[in-house]
Amino acid sequence: MGDRALGSVGLGLAAAYVWQASRIQESFISDPIGPKGFPFIIGGLLALTSLAVLLRPDPPPHWPRPARLLELVAAVAVMVAYALFLPDAGFVIATAIASAYFSWRLGAPAMQAALAGVAIAGGIYLVFHLALGLNLAKGPLGF
Amino acid sequence: MDVLTSLGHGFAVAITFENLGLALIGCLLGTIIGALPGLGPSNGVAILIPLSFSLGLDATAALILLTSVYYGAMYGGRISSILLNIPGDEPAVMTTLDGYPMARAGKAGEALAISGIASFVGSFVATWGLVFLAPQLVKVALLFGPAEYFALFTLAFATLGGISSTNQAKAALAAALGLGIAMIGVDGQTGVPRFSFGMVHLYDGVNFLVAIVGLFALSEVFIFLEHRGENAVHGSVSIGRPVASWSVLKYCTPAMLRSTVIGFIAGVLPGAGASLGSFMAYASEKNISDKDKTFGKGDPRGVAAPEAGNNAAAGGALVPMLALGVPGSGTTAVLLAVLLSLNITPGPLLFTQHPDVVWGLIAALFIANFMLIAMNLPLVGLFARVLLIPPQFLMPLVAMISFVGIYGINGSTFDLLVMVIFGVLGWVLRKLDVPLVPVIMGVLLGNQMEANLRRALTISNGEWGALLHSPLSIGLWVLAVVGFVLPIVVGKRLKSRIARAKEEAGTLVD
Repeated sequence: MGDRALGSVGLGLAAAYVWQASRIQESFISDPIGPKGFPFIIGGLLALTSLAVLLRPDPPPHWPRPARLLELVAAVAVMVAYALFLPDAGFVIATAIASAYFSWRLGAPAMQAALAGVAIAGGIYLVFHLALGLNLAKGPLGF
Repeated sequence: MDVLTSLGHGFAVAITFENLGLALIGCLLGTIIGALPGLGPSNGVAILIPLSFSLGLDATAALILLTSVYYGAMYGGRISSILLNIPGDEPAVMTTLDGYPMARAGKAGEALAISGIASFVGSFVATWGLVFLAPQLVKVALLFGPAEYFALFTLAFATLGGISSTNQAKAALAAALGLGIAMIGVDGQTGVPRFSFGMVHLYDGVNFLVAIVGLFALSEVFIFLEHRGENAVHGSVSIGRPVASWSVLKYCTPAMLRSTVIGFIAGVLPGAGASLGSFMAYASEKNISDKDKTFGKGDPRGVAAPEAGNNAAAGGALVPMLALGVPGSGTTAVLLAVLLSLNITPGPLLFTQHPDVVWGLIAALFIANFMLIAMNLPLVGLFARVLLIPPQFLMPLVAMISFVGIYGINGSTFDLLVMVIFGVLGWVLRKLDVPLVPVIMGVLLGNQMEANLRRALTISNGEWGALLHSPLSIGLWVLAVVGFVLPIVVGKRLKSRIARAKEEAGTLVD
């Protein structure tokens, strides 16, 4: 899993890109190239470079072990959940939970991580909202 | 001299209570960002852009804040290089070679003082270079028509992989990805939606701030999660008095001056940037002065050279960014994003339409530089203590500030989700050794590049030969081709030399 996969994905992406570009609706007045021309060039460039990577791959990278990969997937899931729940839960609660989670997964003991979460959420709220007046998500509790 | 008059006006703009305060905050934050391993100038500036944007700072103020951070980061990188043998950011790699041996010999304070002064010399001279060179470049750029601009953008992408790139195909692939992403949204000339799949959120295109913060800052968080516990920072930080004697400084002066010139040139040229500036400065200084084989064993000139070099390159890199609107490095690409998000189009017209912005910014660079040297000599002990913040507290903070900044722009959950997607993309691309800077540049410049191509061909009635109609555009195309092909020929050698130097220093750099 490395450059060959990258090249193949790139080729597929280029094909899909050119196909989508060809379906762009043109309006009746247009300049000589129109809205499709440059996307076609980009699609071509993507296809060419993907082919070059496919034909002359570098040595594959060190992918993380499955357990660690799962860790990364979990981190992404937490970020997505954070984004979705932020408007409902409010900034301070959502941020405290998310940053405590990251702190814990990066190696802090559970108690310290919880404290770090509260400190990070509180600190950002204090500096960016109270001192600088930035709008943060308001939850049911008003913060 | 009208340049000096303009600069005088610039100082009048910059010296207000608010702007001086912002410069001070920027210098402080920048030094910390540079010093912390894992937060470099580009991702440090990246997470601060949306914040300065949502705080409603005006253009001059926002630029002063962020360029102070940029200059500050160049100062800060050396601290962890010298004390911990871990470069705080990419350009500070070369500083580990002689800085760490000096620290082990009990001369940490001296090394920090020399490198601080070298940083000052590099930045100071380079800012003067910016003052005189940028207006000259503007005069050339005023001759550019759409065809020349299209060629210039191509040149910028072709050389972006850099002279040290080994895989030009990947750099070009990254550029194609970025350009492709830039096409999403309603076409500016005909008003038809492109690649938006009927989603209203995509009609405005992908916000480049979202892309930048995701690619740079979130991907760094993923990298830390992946490697947690592998290279923990241990070390007691004892500094001693951060002073250097006059005789040592005099001994290092020629090295500083030579390195400043080399660094500045490397900064101005496309595709080089601060990392190569410091590498070339160190390498050439070693060739010139290493008669007693003291380089790599704690020679003070080996600390002065790369620091003067990378700071000078940082100043030099601002020349093409401001005068042409075409950045040559990751951090200047991020600064370009600042300008674009403030609805200011950089390039020659910037100097005539917004002289207060340009000259206020340049004046602020001078002021920031004096603040930084004043801050960095006595306070270096304080910054050194910041280094010991462990990543399990730093990285969550980085992630959360990223989310806050992006949410602050529109209050949009959709933007946050797109940012996470870019974070994952950034991690995958970094694993596969695909450079991220061309992606950013593509997202930033794609629409302008297309607009110039279409304008050029509208003028010529669809005749493609118009792209090569003037000697200027032919010259730019030739440079683009040479710049793309040259690294394929010499890149491997240069890259392996840099890699070897890094290995000798025993450092871990992504």
